[in-house]
Amino acid sequence: MAEERRQKLCSVILPTESMKAMAESVGVGSLQEESCLALSEEVSYRIKEIAQDALKFMHHGKRRKLTTGDIDHALKLKNVEPLYGFQSQEFIPFRFASGGGRELHFYEEKEVDLSDIINTPLPRVPLDVSLKAHWLSIDGVQPAIPENPPPVPKEQQKTDSTEPLKAVKPGQEEEGSIQTKGQGANSAEVKGKEKMRMKPRSTHELSVEQQLYYKEITEACVGSCEAKRAEALQSIATDPGLYQMLPRFSTFISEGVRVNVVQNNLALLIYLMRMVKALMDNPTLYLEKYLHELIPAVVTCIVSKQLCLRPDVDNHWALRDFAARLMAQSCKTFSTTTNNIQSRITKTFTKSLLDDKTQWTTRYGCIAGLAELGHDVIKTLIIPRLSVEGARIKAVMDGPVVSNIDKIGADHVQSLLLKHCACVVAKTRPLPDMVDQYKADYGYLGTMLCSHVVKARAQAAFQAQTVNRTTLTITQPRPTLSMSQSGLSASSGSRTPSIIKVPSSLTLMSTRPGTPTQPSPPATKYIVMATSAGAASTQQVITLSSSQSGSSVTSTVPSTPTSLQPLVKLESGTTGAVSGPRPLQKYIVVSLPSSSSSLENKGSGVIPSSTSPISMESAVKLERSESPAANTQSPH
Amino acid sequence: MAAVQDGPMELDAEKEAKPEILSDGTSNLSGNTASGTLSSSPLTAAPAGGAPKMEDQQTLIAVLQFLKRNKLSESVEILRREAGLGEHQEGSQATDGSGGGKGDGDGGDANSLLSRVSITSAAAPQSMPVKSDCIINIFRCDLPFMFMLSEDQPDVSVVLSAYSQQGDPPLYQVYYSGLKNFIESVLDCHRAELSQLFYPLFVHMYLELVYNNHETEAKAFFDKFSGDQECYYQDDLHILCGLTKKEHLKGNEVLLDFRTSRFVLHISRDSYQLLKRHLQERHNNQIWNIIQEHLYIDIFDGMPRSKSQIDSMSGSLAGEAKREVNKAKVFYGLLKEPEIEVPLDDEDDEAENEEGKPKKKKTKKDSLGSKSKKQDPNAPQQNRIPLPELKDSDKLDKIMYMKESTKRIRLGPENLPSICFYTFLNAFQGLTAVDFTDDSSLLAGGFADSTVRVWSVTPKKLRKVKSAGELNVIEKESDDVLERIMDEKTASESKILHGHSGPVYGVSFSPDRNYLLSSSEDGTVRLWSLQTFTCLVGYKGHNYPVWDTHFSPFGYYFVSGGHDRVARLWATDHYQPLRIFAGHLADVTCTRFHPNSNYVATGSTDRTVRLWDVLNANCVRILTGHKGPIHSLAFSPNGKFLASGSTDGRVLLWDIGHGLMIGELKGHTDTIYALKFSRDGEILASGSMDNTVRLWDSMKAFDEVETDDFTATTGHIHLPDNSQELLLGMYHSKSTPVTHLHFTRRNLLLAAGAYNSQ
Repeated sequence: MAEERRQKLCSVILPTESMKAMAESVGVGSLQEESCLALSEEVSYRIKEIAQDALKFMHHGKRRKLTTGDIDHALKLKNVEPLYGFQSQEFIPFRFASGGGRELHFYEEKEVDLSDIINTPLPRVPLDVSLKAHWLSIDGVQPAIPENPPPVPKEQQKTDSTEPLKAVKPGQEEEGSIQTKGQGANSAEVKGKEKMRMKPRSTHELSVEQQLYYKEITEACVGSCEAKRAEALQSIATDPGLYQMLPRFSTFISEGVRVNVVQNNLALLIYLMRMVKALMDNPTLYLEKYLHELIPAVVTCIVSKQLCLRPDVDNHWALRDFAARLMAQSCKTFSTTTNNIQSRITKTFTKSLLDDKTQWTTRYGCIAGLAELGHDVIKTLIIPRLSVEGARIKAVMDGPVVSNIDKIGADHVQSLLLKHCACVVAKTRPLPDMVDQYKADYGYLGTMLCSHVVKARAQAAFQAQTVNRTTLTITQPRPTLSMSQSGLSASSGSRTPSIIKVPSSLTLMSTRPGTPTQPSPPATKYIVMATSAGAASTQQVITLSSSQSGSSVTSTVPSTPTSLQPLVKLESGTTGAVSGPRPLQKYIVVSLPSSSSSLENKGSGVIPSSTSPISMESAVKLERSESPAANTQSPH
Repeated sequence: MAAVQDGPMELDAEKEAKPEILSDGTSNLSGNTASGTLSSSPLTAAPAGGAPKMEDQQTLIAVLQFLKRNKLSESVEILRREAGLGEHQEGSQATDGSGGGKGDGDGGDANSLLSRVSITSAAAPQSMPVKSDCIINIFRCDLPFMFMLSEDQPDVSVVLSAYSQQGDPPLYQVYYSGLKNFIESVLDCHRAELSQLFYPLFVHMYLELVYNNHETEAKAFFDKFSGDQECYYQDDLHILCGLTKKEHLKGNEVLLDFRTSRFVLHISRDSYQLLKRHLQERHNNQIWNIIQEHLYIDIFDGMPRSKSQIDSMSGSLAGEAKREVNKAKVFYGLLKEPEIEVPLDDEDDEAENEEGKPKKKKTKKDSLGSKSKKQDPNAPQQNRIPLPELKDSDKLDKIMYMKESTKRIRLGPENLPSICFYTFLNAFQGLTAVDFTDDSSLLAGGFADSTVRVWSVTPKKLRKVKSAGELNVIEKESDDVLERIMDEKTASESKILHGHSGPVYGVSFSPDRNYLLSSSEDGTVRLWSLQTFTCLVGYKGHNYPVWDTHFSPFGYYFVSGGHDRVARLWATDHYQPLRIFAGHLADVTCTRFHPNSNYVATGSTDRTVRLWDVLNANCVRILTGHKGPIHSLAFSPNGKFLASGSTDGRVLLWDIGHGLMIGELKGHTDTIYALKFSRDGEILASGSMDNTVRLWDSMKAFDEVETDDFTATTGHIHLPDNSQELLLGMYHSKSTPVTHLHFTRRNLLLAAGAYNSQ
């Protein structure tokens, strides 16, 4: 194997075409093939030589990545003038182009308008180097503090759970051996390891502290104090040392769901689902082993016939939606070819959907569960059923009044179907949208579907209009569930993952928990993109003062018509009306990690809901790409 | 450049000083006179002991002629006297060797030397330009100072000309596979030993083909046989595979090294006889010639070595070390501690501590002093290297040290140290070097942006001394004058030192905490004052990046090593190096002083560790066995052992006295950048790029080796594969590579590294 690689290395020589291209670029029109070959061999050799020298600088710089600086230094060693202007820290954005039978990689140099640079606000001053001390180990035991990595990495949890015998075998891992020679050793570390490894995981004991923690957390999660619950869930979602308690949590949840479904205790079910969510959010936990307990609990919350005492009043629909999202999330994360979670879940949902005797509540759950699995599932499993479901809804709506509950159920199913199918249809179905056609294809629901599709198309067009150069991908929206049991407001319109395009100059520092330098994130951040229908777009710097509406400061910076300039971070805990927007302006508001109270923003009149393509509810995490601010922080 | 030009001058000056002066000139180091510091010439040492006697003499004669030609008559006299050469002897040798007769003057001298290096090439009628430089080239390993002359432009053609003739290119493959078949068919016990031949033969045959412009044959040869080579030669093969043209050979340092130094193999007599018989039967002159010319086969009597024994020792660029090289006596013992009167009130609790006791009893000091000398026969003479006198502040520090050491925690497998990790935040991958002061009060970091930053890790802030004008006003007699000279306004937790013009790759604090050294890509080593936080001296000498620097444990001296493949010994008050340690075949990547300051260890990209005698700049140990560039070194506190860590993630333990590998610690998955023994030497801590700190039971590792073994046998050892048992603990950091490790005087382990957000 090594041999093959080496042989390949040996033959790597720059193509003669590049020599020709380079010759042309310096004005040598025709270069003979032989000269090209000789040149390319020489150049290839020199490049290899320089790369090998540059590696030395990388090693001494104690890095794993070769930087342009290393190459510069290697060139300096050879008494060659370094190449200037390649100071990109992370990657060199070479572009690829082909044409006229040639393929080229080149470095794109854009023309930059100076006024743009002058007008953009200065990037943040890079943070200075600082020193922070923490305990990596105390008397040989690594304390479980945020500065240290999780005590047992996920991979090891996995091997422990899948091959429990292997962990005990000495010499398999570095740590494995410790216990073999550590007999009689009274060091706490050795003790801890022995306990952990010698006993099967299912019976091992929790320390007193862990038991206390477990008690506190579970009580807080199902208790009455919302603040406490938020704290507890936060702890579950971030704490790196929970893996030992995982079996308890999983049992707690599955038992809790079983009991509370019978008792129709909606509130508790919601609390438990939020616990599941928190567990799934914790990146250090290896959940795969406990899916057999968690998935049935979640599915129960989706499709159970009755989840609350007063089905006509309580908003159990929101719980179903939330659980369905959880289900979709776990399918995405855990589904493999061996466990086939996604296909098994899909089968279950489809089966009860096809059953005529299924209740409206369960029907709603099935559809929600399927819809969350993605567009493909909607297309293949739900859309063909539209006419059947339509007929069923029609029967309830138009028929004799059977019961109020049925009617509400049918109504919910209808809006759910419309919501999910509209965007899929908008994408798959060719124009034009004729109501009659829709009616023929989809039956009773056709009319309403048609109007929804038209709306969806308009929205997509609007988004396309705001597209600029760079794509900012927004990861899976984070479902939030608030405890509003009244009204239909909880489940709102479009919460599909969307792609927002923003200009590349956008400076966005996402605060990740992993970076100790960043301050803890404020409650809510908004990015307001403003565009007007007219030719000139404006850039708004809006600062929302957290205290009062009306006192907010708005400064408008004019910019070039073509580029939609950014964007502001609004940091505010409470809401307030933004004063003085132009009548024609539209806003896209993306809320960063949302607090449950932030939703009222919508009603404050700033954003007409028809023009806001992204629901405020979908809290969106913006992944930080290589932002200019980050660039400037790096040393040169 | 300066150094290169100064070469001959220095040579001259150094030669005049006799070694006897040294023993006298111990005191008065601050007197700034050259005689007070190290001054004996490295040249007085005979060239590497391994060479046959005839060669020695020829070498000496060549040097004499060179000196003569440069009108260095005094040096000639000294050398002649010391070498015991008569004038006539020299003359006759010159005529014998030149072959071309005396007529050609300068060229004749050179040819006489070349005749032994390229015997076969003499047959080829190829004429070559011979410069006087070329002599030097051949002797560069032996004569460090002359090496400097030639360093910039080694006359490649001469070095390579040995490749010029030889047989039919297409037959090379036949030769090689013939040998391969033979070696594969011999008895198992010989096969492993003879397999060592593959790599050097492969390289030389390939280079020969390339040199003679048989490009396609060379490529075919490479493709066919490169896969057979041991995996640890991968890096060199990568370089080799890029070389396809004769022109490329010029200026490629790695290959020049391969040529100029003979690849050393250890082979048992039986195996060697077997090989010799085979080659003679087959009339395989091609391979026989290469073996004769380019390889040095160190034959030993006894059992052939096993594959694992061979593998553990091989891997360096130029094969294993010749056994003779490691025979020199090394005084690895510690120097006697100076007697210091310890304040009486501490006497009681310190008397319980056994180690501290002998040093502190003032009344008994004379008898104790002589006793401790007797006790350690391996310690060098106290004044072998002139050391600076202790100042009052040093004595205070020593007392502090002793007080602290009484509170030291005894470490062991059941009592692991606590680790405090200093994380550099927002360093953006720019942190390149870290050092702590011995008392763990200050921390220095070298950065890729050319700055050096100093932090105080205690609540005491860093203050500058007041300006000269302000200092004049201060009452000098007052008790707190030391406090008064500090400028309170400048107090801060950290200070930035600007001055370098390239990444700072090494930093080292002086033991008295008054100075800081930094070495950088810009080719300089800088000395900074920690009183004024300004640069005091820029030591220029390395013209290329300086990878590492380290202060002597007694201060005053320091060593630096860099890309120019030499390590240099400096004294802080001399702007030129006192010693140049030349011999490494590639970059010197790390440098460390022995605890007794008489020796310097250097690790290199050529995958060897060398130990140098500070007294005469001789290389006294060559330690081979690493499979990658060495990036960290640590001496055990008792001076007996050395640990080295390399890019292959292994730590090797060496017994300095015997010059043998005694342990191998496997476990790290990436380059080891930090190694440190605990204050008592019981625990070895290693820090690596793989974001872990590992603790090893060094006591156990050293105990398990039965030292009697090595003296009796031919020096091969069975390494127990017990890394797992020796590993006491492993601690992951959160994506923070470990750049430096330091044990405080109380045996708390401090680690440092830059957080890497990716």
